[in-house]
Amino acid sequence: MDTARRRARYRALFRQNVPRRLAVDRVMRGVVLACVIVAIVPLGSILAEVIANGAQAISIEFLTAAPGAVGSGEGGVGPAIQGTLVIVGLTCLLGVPVGIMAGIYLAEYGRGRLAGAVRFFTDVFMEFPSIVMGIFAFFVVVLVLGHFSAWAGAFALSLIMFPIIARTTEESMRLVQHTYREAGMALGLKKWAVTVRIVMAAARGGLVTGILLSVSRVAGETAPLIMTILGSSQFFGGFGGPVDALPLRIWRLSLLPYDSAQLYGWGSALVLITMILVVNVCVRYALMGGRASPLGMLARRRAGARP
Amino acid sequence: MAVIALMVYELAMGSAPALAEYGLDFVVGTDWNAVEGRESFGVLPYLVGTLITAALAMAIGVPLSIGIAMFITDSPARIGRPLGFVVELLAAVPSVIYGLWGLYVFRGLFVEWVERPLHDALGADIWLFSAAPFGLDVLTASTVLAIMIVPTVSSVSREVMAAVPQQQREAAFMLGATRWEMFRLAIFPHSRTGLAGAAILGLGRAVGETMAVTMLIGNAKGASAIPSSLFSPSQTMSSIIANEFVEASPASLHLPALIGVGLVLLATAVSINIVAHLLVRRMRVPGGGA
Repeated sequence: MDTARRRARYRALFRQNVPRRLAVDRVMRGVVLACVIVAIVPLGSILAEVIANGAQAISIEFLTAAPGAVGSGEGGVGPAIQGTLVIVGLTCLLGVPVGIMAGIYLAEYGRGRLAGAVRFFTDVFMEFPSIVMGIFAFFVVVLVLGHFSAWAGAFALSLIMFPIIARTTEESMRLVQHTYREAGMALGLKKWAVTVRIVMAAARGGLVTGILLSVSRVAGETAPLIMTILGSSQFFGGFGGPVDALPLRIWRLSLLPYDSAQLYGWGSALVLITMILVVNVCVRYALMGGRASPLGMLARRRAGARP
Repeated sequence: MAVIALMVYELAMGSAPALAEYGLDFVVGTDWNAVEGRESFGVLPYLVGTLITAALAMAIGVPLSIGIAMFITDSPARIGRPLGFVVELLAAVPSVIYGLWGLYVFRGLFVEWVERPLHDALGADIWLFSAAPFGLDVLTASTVLAIMIVPTVSSVSREVMAAVPQQQREAAFMLGATRWEMFRLAIFPHSRTGLAGAAILGLGRAVGETMAVTMLIGNAKGASAIPSSLFSPSQTMSSIIANEFVEASPASLHLPALIGVGLVLLATAVSINIVAHLLVRRMRVPGGGA
């Protein structure tokens, strides 16, 4: 194609209709700005409603007591808060080590076809419908053990957590400069020592970020909990029995016709969203300065100084 | 990968009784009856419900997301960065809270300001708007779903647009293009595949989404779950599982049937996602972040 002639044609074209084109441009800019506003309004509305309605429900009793009789407006969501913390803790126990090891494999050893396939499936796995994870956990844990349990819930959630951590670990370990690895090698360190003591130390900020983000994602999951932990109105009674969790409690409350249930739903939502947003805002704030978090930079400097 | 294979295997085994009983009717059947002695299970209505809500959510959410991505790529980092952060906060809100908000806040406003006027103005003439609006319907669920896919789609499309070489933009401006023309001439043709990938990624999200939809879609059953208009209740594959799983008895065919629904859902979501990832991956600059 004759580039010069094409360019000339475009230039001629661009000289015509200037007022109309400027008007179109202005309209489109308005449309684009409207898109942004339309997306931000729901976020604002959700936060405002959750805070305004939730605040009325919050009290010491609400945060600590077990639920009273259905519709009575008494008691609280203590077991749900406790259950969420227990389950998220268990999930981390199962999901974090596996996720980090998979990430190390992908970043340090992953070459060739196998690694490409693993990476691709991890990406696809990340988008699996979470309810399917629940069904899977129902099969391999609930049916095998014979009852609903905290373990089953944690197993389902760790399946959701694992690919997120694997990918963030891989990405942040890749950001560590190659010269660090070479310096370690030059000192005669074994490959595992280089990986653990230099690369992981340098990528620490990224690893922590990945873990926190996956925690905040997992804490809000509801669907897989329905068929694994079942829900309960009692305080935690061992890993082998049904437990309660905030998202599950919110869903159950929303199905009830009572005003008090609605109020409690908002209250639980406030507690849950506070937990999640605090984690999220912390992470983003730490990352604000650029790609590397202050924590990561500190770790990197230390890692650089150590050998 | 072993886990994925095991998962497919378990789902297949779990649903085998129902699949064996109904064969192909399981996928194309429209009856859904869990009463003992009169059991009959067909997934089609829920498959249709899932596809319709997801498609509507895409129709609303994708243009919105691309608009946001355009705004953010086009504004200085001082504005773009915090804005991107705020949009991504939408992704951090748990789905059950969208459901709660949708149920108690959004539904009322939406019926009053959008659905009822539409119904009054067009209900008599166009079947899409014919059913009396009640709020627990396809359109409400899809709109909330659209808000939920915005963060995914907009952050991927932003990344794809940022991968367009700077020279392309400069060339467009140099020829005398306005900003909009620059997007049209330089950015869209260059990032078309990636934007399609972003949209399909959003579709995958929308298909798998459970809680908010369950709370807003009205939970119709059987043949009535095939919506007759935008304002009629429906049911999606994930919402029927969420609604009935705990009540289903493992001894009957109810539970295997629900697991079969899960299998169909998984197949749908995975095929959508694989296509999306292949498209996005092709677009991504080498070494360009997660």
